[in-house]
Amino acid sequence: MRNKAMAKTLNIDFMGMRRAAAIVSGAVLVIALLSMLLRGFDFGLDFTGGTVIEVGYETPTELAEVTGALEAGGFVGATVQHFGSRQDVLIRLAPGSDDEGTSAQLSDRVFQALSAAAAGEVDLRRVEFVGPQVGEELREQGGLAVLFSLIGILIYVALRFEWRFAVGSVVALVHDVIVVLGVFSLFQISFDLTVLAAVLAVIGYSLNDTIVVFDRVRENFRKMRKGTVTEIINASIGQTLSRTVVTSCTTLLVLVALYMLGGEVISGFSLALIIGVVVGTYSSIYVATAAVVWMGLNKTDLLPPEKEGAGAEVRP
Amino acid sequence: MNRYPLWKNLLILGVVLLGLLLAMPNLFSQDPSIEITAARGAEVTETSVDEVRAVLDNAGVPYKDVELSEDGRLLARFALSGEQLAGQEAIERTLAEQYRTALTLSADLPGWMRALGLNPMSLGLDLRGGIHVVIDVDMESALDQALERYVGDIRAQLREHKVRYLTVLRDGGEILVKFKDEEARAAADKLLGREFRALALSSAEQGGTYLIRAVLQPAEQEQIKDFALKQNITTLRNRVNALGVAEPSIARQGERRIVVQLPGAQDPGRLKEILGATATLEYRLVDTEHSVADAVSGRVPVGSRLYRDRDGVPILLKRRVIVTGDQITDASAGFDGQSGSPAVFVNLDGQGARRMRDVTTENVGKPMAVVFIENRTTTEMVDGEPVKRTHKVEEVISVATIREPFGRRFQTTGLDSSEEAHNTALLLRSGALAAPIQIVEERTIGPSLGQDNIDQGFRSVMIGLGLVALFMALYYRVFGLVADLVLVVNLVMIVAVLSLLQATLTLPGIAGIVLTVGMAVDANVLIFERIREEIRNGSTPQASIRAGYDKALSTIVDANVTTLIAAVVLFSFGTGPVKGFAVTLFIGIVTSMFTAILGSRAMINLIYGRRNVKKLAI
Repeated sequence: MRNKAMAKTLNIDFMGMRRAAAIVSGAVLVIALLSMLLRGFDFGLDFTGGTVIEVGYETPTELAEVTGALEAGGFVGATVQHFGSRQDVLIRLAPGSDDEGTSAQLSDRVFQALSAAAAGEVDLRRVEFVGPQVGEELREQGGLAVLFSLIGILIYVALRFEWRFAVGSVVALVHDVIVVLGVFSLFQISFDLTVLAAVLAVIGYSLNDTIVVFDRVRENFRKMRKGTVTEIINASIGQTLSRTVVTSCTTLLVLVALYMLGGEVISGFSLALIIGVVVGTYSSIYVATAAVVWMGLNKTDLLPPEKEGAGAEVRP
Repeated sequence: MNRYPLWKNLLILGVVLLGLLLAMPNLFSQDPSIEITAARGAEVTETSVDEVRAVLDNAGVPYKDVELSEDGRLLARFALSGEQLAGQEAIERTLAEQYRTALTLSADLPGWMRALGLNPMSLGLDLRGGIHVVIDVDMESALDQALERYVGDIRAQLREHKVRYLTVLRDGGEILVKFKDEEARAAADKLLGREFRALALSSAEQGGTYLIRAVLQPAEQEQIKDFALKQNITTLRNRVNALGVAEPSIARQGERRIVVQLPGAQDPGRLKEILGATATLEYRLVDTEHSVADAVSGRVPVGSRLYRDRDGVPILLKRRVIVTGDQITDASAGFDGQSGSPAVFVNLDGQGARRMRDVTTENVGKPMAVVFIENRTTTEMVDGEPVKRTHKVEEVISVATIREPFGRRFQTTGLDSSEEAHNTALLLRSGALAAPIQIVEERTIGPSLGQDNIDQGFRSVMIGLGLVALFMALYYRVFGLVADLVLVVNLVMIVAVLSLLQATLTLPGIAGIVLTVGMAVDANVLIFERIREEIRNGSTPQASIRAGYDKALSTIVDANVTTLIAAVVLFSFGTGPVKGFAVTLFIGIVTSMFTAILGSRAMINLIYGRRNVKKLAI
């Protein structure tokens, strides 16, 4: 049979490398945390509050012209950048950069100033205004969302498996979240609500991977009477490795498509997921499973309570 | 042998066919249309259909159809958006009295589909363009206003029952009533305790005067806040309806927020102005007995107040209001018959009309003033903290002599322009806001960006799907092709469920669909890898298929449930676009469990189940 060639389960000593992996993970985590502490995030409008205006010009336009038009209209201190093409311009204004009229009216006055200065038509493509108090609320809710999904997952895994698995999977998830956040902080990529959504999706995805490995570990603990804990875990990872790689590949394929074609608005979102999928695949093996080994998982821990059932399963 | 019983195959086929049916409306193009609703006091009927047809025929505007929908709206469809605009102009020109129009898009569905109540997916504002604003209701000032009303009522009660008091005034969040002696206070305490159950009273002494402190009971506070929010929602709905926006959505969010979504709206400036405006009118008598000069220098007579007109000229008005904005039942803009200047024609309710008649009868020959009141709220950053400031602008816009008593209907002039007359009429008609509001969040998406987003989203779904399909077919051969077919079915099912639930599809929602496409094959990958493993272990093809599906099941369920947890958390914490992502992720996971497990098994059974296969193409 064709598949005979691949018949033997991959015999890689995954757990033998867990010390090296721990050092790599540790170093990455330290860098990520340090960056978050020292550099912080380039928080998007959703979290800081302020106004973003995206306009489309008929012809490619120099940023200096736009800045000039803004200054003529009395708007100083705006950040102006091209967005996607040289015809599209994104203008950011910090919260409270106006002193009369409500902030919500600011965008209208900016647009009027730009229209007045431009030669052709200016197309108002997008306005986003977030008041300072709303920004604060969104930040708070985002943190709570991450926390609650971790707790929910902890409970589910503890019920379905065992507490060591629950802790292992949550450690892996925290690891993934920190790495993704670290990359966003280190390279100062704009962090907005959609990126936060992506971080939560990463939690879901990475856990998916971890669960598949754990599931196999549990099955093998009940089935394989010979072999040490490490051997069984190595075998389980080997058996699920091809699935892990294939699924990561298909997911990465669509994410790369989304990153390249989905437009500027969701590029941060797809980037966060791309990082998350890569890190999540690694962490399901080297963080989640290794943590379980470290916590001293025993072969008897996963045997089903009824002796009869266990006996039935090992019968050849 | 691997065979599903007939009922199971039929069930799967049935579900897939139902999915196709529900998803079908999305294939039809969207016609530019005009939504026509009746103005106040009128109704859209079959005759309106003929009226609109006649107007469009007369104006020479070609249209596809004019029809009546069940919910009392009329829909005129056009082939081109230019014709749509010309049509709106024609209808506005001739039928503006009876009808209001709004531009919209509607799917060009065949009659039987509409009869079944099928609809295409509802697109979020980021895909179709539009305005999304979150409005914060100033509850503190709603409470202050309520206290002010109590101050007046307390004074009236004390006076009526001849209880002598020194002063009644509002001091922050409480009302202070001062008395000279203890007896008066005791009498007042009994009276107020009986008359104002919504107030919590307490006594105190301060520098020789006897005090009663009154605060609002917690239940009363809740009620006032709730009322303020509801009243504001009603008022905003009236205003939005008057503006002519199709399918507006105005909803409460939490304790003090209102979310207004206006798809397709294109003039955010005017909208925000109308939504946030708190303008109202008040009618007062002019105080002619006292000198204005004295008042300007600080000696304002009791019972009067100093106002200024639009040019800053001071004028002295009586404190007692004749009628206020909330007694106005209708208002329309027009021009004064004699001077030709812009005017607002005002109708009063029964109580207001009676009062107006009484006051004007008593005061023929005396001047009466119209005060235009507007609250302007600004947020400023003071030491990094947002501080809200509301200042009330009160201007006398006209003073006219009462020539004869009048009541229910009259006109007011003195406005700057006919546009101001229009806006004032609109605001008076839709009622006043119960509490000042402030826009705390705005997201406006222009129509061109919306279309770009749809195109980009659609392209990423298609290309992502193509890449995954190719990969699966190469890697798992026949089984891969089955997975591909199932994947396409899954996409159809997601669209079907979204159309059925009328859940809003947003750009992050499309991203959710793309992500599910990548993750949905996971179930099949798990199954196929298991089957390969079984074959390696020497099982027969049929047994391998069976074992592969059976053993992978618990893993698939575990893995998907945890992703569902993340989706649910996202949904409950997310707002707007993020919610859209959670919705599609959730739906995608659920439908993929159906298609990837049951659907793919049914296909595999059909291909391999009956035959005595020696080898599987996997």
